Amino acid sequence: MTPIESLIYMLVFPGFLFLTSYAFFCQYLDRKLYARFQKRVGPPFIQPIADFIKLLAKEDIVPKAADNRMFSAAPIVGLAAVLTAFIFIPVLALHSVIPSFEGDLIVVLYLLTIPTLAIFLAGWTSGNPFGQVGAMRAIVQMISYEIPFFLALLAPALIVGSWSLGRILDYQLGGMWLVIFAPLAVIIAIVTLQGKLERLPFDIPDAETEIVGGPLTEYSGRRLALFRAMLDVEMVVGAALIVTLFFGGYDLIISFSDLPWYLPVLLNAVIFFVKVLFIVGILALIKAVVARYRIDQMVSLSYRWLIPLSVAQIVFIVVLKFGGWLI
Amino acid sequence: MARVTIPIGPQHPALKEPERFMVTVEGETIVDADVRIGHIHRGLEKLFEQRTYLQNIHITERICGICSFTHSTNFCQATEYILGVEPPRRGLYLRTLMNEFERIHSHLLWLGVAGHEMGFDTLLMWSWDDRERILDLFEDITGNRVTHAFNTIGGVRRDITDAQIQRILHTMDIMEERTKAYIQVGLNEQTILKRTQGVGILTTADAKRLCAVGPRLRASNVKYDVRKNDPYAAYGELPFEVITSDTLDVHGQLVVRALELLECVKMCRYMVQNLPAGEIRVKVPRKVPPGEAISRTEAPRGEDIHYLRSNGTDKPERLKVRAPTLANILNVAHTLKGANIADIPLIVAGIDPCMGCMDRVLILDRDKESCKVMSAEQLREYSIEWYRKEAYR
Repeated sequence: MTPIESLIYMLVFPGFLFLTSYAFFCQYLDRKLYARFQKRVGPPFIQPIADFIKLLAKEDIVPKAADNRMFSAAPIVGLAAVLTAFIFIPVLALHSVIPSFEGDLIVVLYLLTIPTLAIFLAGWTSGNPFGQVGAMRAIVQMISYEIPFFLALLAPALIVGSWSLGRILDYQLGGMWLVIFAPLAVIIAIVTLQGKLERLPFDIPDAETEIVGGPLTEYSGRRLALFRAMLDVEMVVGAALIVTLFFGGYDLIISFSDLPWYLPVLLNAVIFFVKVLFIVGILALIKAVVARYRIDQMVSLSYRWLIPLSVAQIVFIVVLKFGGWLI
Repeated sequence: MARVTIPIGPQHPALKEPERFMVTVEGETIVDADVRIGHIHRGLEKLFEQRTYLQNIHITERICGICSFTHSTNFCQATEYILGVEPPRRGLYLRTLMNEFERIHSHLLWLGVAGHEMGFDTLLMWSWDDRERILDLFEDITGNRVTHAFNTIGGVRRDITDAQIQRILHTMDIMEERTKAYIQVGLNEQTILKRTQGVGILTTADAKRLCAVGPRLRASNVKYDVRKNDPYAAYGELPFEVITSDTLDVHGQLVVRALELLECVKMCRYMVQNLPAGEIRVKVPRKVPPGEAISRTEAPRGEDIHYLRSNGTDKPERLKVRAPTLANILNVAHTLKGANIADIPLIVAGIDPCMGCMDRVLILDRDKESCKVMSAEQLREYSIEWYRKEAYR
């Protein structure tokens, strides 16, 4: 890639500009579906962007008790991390432009951990008791969902024998989607993604009825807007990661080989983003049908069920692999 | 671990009305809890003394937005006791019918609030949608959705028609079906069970000692219901069971309320099918002879008591209201101890608190350990003094 192409890739498509608009659309879809499940009308299409702009225009307050620098840096660092994480996810079917290397899966997972840390720091340094309780909860929750999340995403890497997202995708393009070999891992990944995004049933850190706004209690104005955008983008990146690893990325069985070169690339990108919307729909459905867990129940669920199940999935794959049933 | 005192209220998203709970926590466990009431005192009891009996019917309805009908029933009953009049049977049946409608809508409302407190907003939206049907019935029969202006001293103000009876029966069929669905959800949904079972346990002995009332008392396995133990209006003639639960926790309250909904539906069907013919009210004099009376009703939230003293004029000398939340707030402070921070909203919401019903002015001086009731003039002086000091702080 030339520097100009890289810049466009990062800033326009599928990077910053496209990604944020798409994230707002996902937020709209999530809210609309959630509302329809609850017999409500739901927000209009433009609502997420209107909310964002409104928050940008609002007064921005830094409490006296807060650490000013940390308080301002947390949302920016969190948003930057999730935006960067998306760069590594192969969206375009052009092998020359996918910046894939051995180990980029680990980089994405690492970058996806940063938002939680940003939220923790935001709550901890805001000097608000609700913020501090929420920050503690966020960290406790993190050490319980990160392990099953990582183990679940280890399954595809183990099947393919590579830490590269590009190679995992290539494997699926040639053969079967990995969801067939690791259905349990998909379920665990989706459930723990809910925890990562702090959504029901794991919205314990910002449980509105218990600790007001949780870590973000003291945030207002554009910093809050950035945090909101961060959570939206994080949802997209998490869903995109699951699509890439388990549902064949932009693959859709049909071949577009007799079309001019740019059309298949475009169609594949559309397929990819539609698949991501399906994952977002599943996330909204989960949100609508459950009550909130308590923090101790969340930890026990994670250590008693999710981790053993994901280990069982790994063992199953290892047996398949060494039995020679898996190419 | 260090002890931290967290204020819950007066402004807190878990509380729909301002009330203050000071909880001391170690980590996530509550070691001590203190309740301060009095943030939304409205001076209603004083107002009763300056209005006539007929006007007071409408003020008593405004004590509470949810159990408005039970308060006006209570006031009318107390007045009828002093006057020595007995409303006609049809009037009593209609009064009872409205009371049971109110119980249905209040219990559905509680179900939604409890769902919201445990983060289950879908339950909130669905149960409040079903509650709309009852409010529509209220509007159909009385003309109003919340404050019905249906009760009067000596009976009720409006009759119902056969067409309305058909609509009531139709709505009751829907209610029964929906309630059964909620019972299914409440008994089987894992996240609800996890959040409610073993939370906010109040033992039978404690419930009796702390004078709990209503569903909270029955969830503590005490078979007590004013409708059964001291029947008023038409309750003596109706077939119904008093529901209790032996699990003592919030889930027990959920079960008690859900099963009571089915009993309400049963009662409403019986009432409209066996509605006696005849008058709906008797004429009563405007002035009430001197005397005093206590009236009790079973509000959706528990036992509601009105004490009325008359002095021969057309205005009461004193009306004392003991709303159910005032009796239940004591056991909240007790059950909060040992609970988890995450369970505070659910335990508080468990008694279905109505702070607006409850608050009275009573000045407690903790240093001198004295307590006194202040007059309006004293209160005014006190407030002027307070704000003068405030300016220099």
